[in-house]
Amino acid sequence: MQALTFKRGVHPPDGKALSAEQPIKVILPKENSELYYPMSQHIGAPCEPLVAVGDHVKVGQKIAESPAFMSSPIFASVSGEVVDIRPMLVPGGAMVKSIVVKNDGKMEEIEGLNQGRDYTTMSNEEILAAIKEAGVVGLGGAGFPTHVKLNPPKDTPIDHILINAAECEPYLTCDYRLMLEEPERIVKGLQIMLKLHPNAKGVIGIEMNKPKAIEAMTKACEGIDNISVQPLVTKFPQGSEKHLIYAITKREVKSGALPASAGCIVDNVDTVVAIERAICKGRPLMRRIVTVSGKGIKNPGNYKIRIGMTLRDLVDAIGGFDEANPPVKLIAGGPMMGPTLYTLDVASVKTTSGLLCFTQEEAFIPEERNCIRCGKCVDHCPMGLMPFMLNALSLKGDGEGFVKHHGLDCIECGSCSYECPAKRQLAQSIRATKKIEAGKKAAAAAAARAKAEAEAKAKAEKN
Amino acid sequence: MANFVVSGTPHVRSKESIQSIMRDVIIALIPATAAGIFFFGLPALILIAVSIIACVVFEWLYQTLLKKPVTISDLSAVVTGLLLAMNLPASAPIWVPIVGAAFAIIFAKQLFGGLGQNFINPALAGRAFLLASYPTEMTTWTAPVGFSGADAVTVATPLATLKTGVMPDATLQDVILGTNIGGCIGETCAIALIIGGIYLIAKHVISWKIPVIYILTVFVLTAAIGRDGLRQPVYEIFAGGLMLGAFFMATDYASSPVTPKGQVIFAIGCGIITTLIRIFGGYPEGVSYSILIMNLAVPLIERFTEPKIFGALPKVKEAKKA
Repeated sequence: MQALTFKRGVHPPDGKALSAEQPIKVILPKENSELYYPMSQHIGAPCEPLVAVGDHVKVGQKIAESPAFMSSPIFASVSGEVVDIRPMLVPGGAMVKSIVVKNDGKMEEIEGLNQGRDYTTMSNEEILAAIKEAGVVGLGGAGFPTHVKLNPPKDTPIDHILINAAECEPYLTCDYRLMLEEPERIVKGLQIMLKLHPNAKGVIGIEMNKPKAIEAMTKACEGIDNISVQPLVTKFPQGSEKHLIYAITKREVKSGALPASAGCIVDNVDTVVAIERAICKGRPLMRRIVTVSGKGIKNPGNYKIRIGMTLRDLVDAIGGFDEANPPVKLIAGGPMMGPTLYTLDVASVKTTSGLLCFTQEEAFIPEERNCIRCGKCVDHCPMGLMPFMLNALSLKGDGEGFVKHHGLDCIECGSCSYECPAKRQLAQSIRATKKIEAGKKAAAAAAARAKAEAEAKAKAEKN
Repeated sequence: MANFVVSGTPHVRSKESIQSIMRDVIIALIPATAAGIFFFGLPALILIAVSIIACVVFEWLYQTLLKKPVTISDLSAVVTGLLLAMNLPASAPIWVPIVGAAFAIIFAKQLFGGLGQNFINPALAGRAFLLASYPTEMTTWTAPVGFSGADAVTVATPLATLKTGVMPDATLQDVILGTNIGGCIGETCAIALIIGGIYLIAKHVISWKIPVIYILTVFVLTAAIGRDGLRQPVYEIFAGGLMLGAFFMATDYASSPVTPKGQVIFAIGCGIITTLIRIFGGYPEGVSYSILIMNLAVPLIERFTEPKIFGALPKVKEAKKA
């Protein structure tokens, strides 16, 4: 089958050889270690703790939730005592209120866990509720609540459910291993999603640099009419939601719109497995696969961890840093889009897909030079923007011009900075201005809403 | 405990740098430079060396005196020096490239903010300055005698002969190979310039758009308009400075459009002005001025050729709304 793709994009060296052949290893938190559960591990309203300091919690116990629809509950992944509730650092760099649980090592499970069900006998509402109650969010990186994604407005019919198995970020191999080791669970998860949208067809998009994964998934899909495997050209950012949709359906998600507007739902491989676990195994989201890689770690590989474990405990459990060549840079996620960490004392969260330990040589930051207007950023921007211009506008502080030239459509993939021969920090400056301008936009919208409400109230009082 | 580096994304960068791009341009100019030295001998070699050294020295001097970071290692001054020399007649006195280098580096490039900020091509600006100031030195062409030691007699360039309405003695093969014709050091051997241009396109340093469309435009217009009794479009695209200009001058990053559509408009504009000057203008050759004029139009062209973004919303027609 012909490999599909999108326009422009870049080809960074993939670095996957370090961990691609390492089977997924289960890492359990050590007895007496502390696990942190930040209240916000997803897009949407933060959760509130359901437990108090001193409480005893069990594996699978819901310890935090929010009444908001756009939110996702959080579950204890070990048994033990709640020792504290305090702000803790999360991989994105923010301090977030977190529940601290001291692991008693018994892995005592809460009653009612492991009540798997047959999804074919469940109604759509029951399936969505079960997914919500299992705390499933997009595990690819964004953390969009899955029950919201699977339940788009009624006026947007869904005809494609795409499984994002591109794994276009260099170094990361967790999705790849999952496809080799548990392909039938991915297919099962996809079948559950297809039950919600019976008119849709399921497509699993995999980049051509993973022939074994394509083979394994094709085999697992055999005999299923409405699911197929689609090879994709190996190119970054092939796993961007909008670009995956374009590659497979040739539809463009309009500026500011959600994928559902193009008739598509896109979910990451690990998310689909989480759905399968939630429904068929009756287990909420408590684990995830993390790729630990880079030259600065002794044993690069793919590890199935309990969410909440600190990255320090994870690194210690797998043999630690390479003492001869210790890392100088730590990245949560992939090297193109993952934020850097200044400490390992950070909880793993639902969206932690990788931990990269870069050595001095890998972490080299070249000096920024004048823009020479070579146009490579324009030639490679997957969104069709003019990054060099947005960079200049950002440095000038011209937010208005930035918005006018579509700066808010930037997906922050970093292709521009990757290509730039002058080594300019294009993506970084654009991201900063984007934050400021998006904030202004939100504030303006809120002000307009408040004004409208005040006017309505005044009118009501008059009458 | 160890301190970790914190930085913005992405954490991997391509190997390409300004220096590697400039190095590629220099590599691409090697065939034409070698051909220039082969045809015009020692004076050409000396002019090239003086021009390069002068450009580098002026850049270093300016940046040192103004306490700016010295950027001569990015090789862009070397490229400017080489291109300036390619645009000089081999008979030019040795001070000519020095004056030209001073104008190119200080006035056209550094005063506007250095590399990437110059709105016109520095080498061409230097050439235009020299041509306006020292017309005799800049338009005395000699026959390609190489290192034979023979006296370099003054000759007319093929384009100058064409201008008088006479077909030059030089054959089509001569203007492609650069044999038996006068002209600037780097412009006479069209085939060497084309090889260099193909190298740059293959290495993704330049896009094919500007050179190919520029040359095509000149070809089509020359064929359409023609000169009095002479219609030689194939001959005319190989004669003169068109190949040098199209592959190495019009494609200068800083002074050509970034947008793909803009590059097309820019190239067509260069082609039109070149042909008009060649056929109707006072000069026999119009490549330099056409590129300089189009350089000035770049901001305007870019403004109207911004690419359509992915997922662009349909344009809201304000008039209809009201």
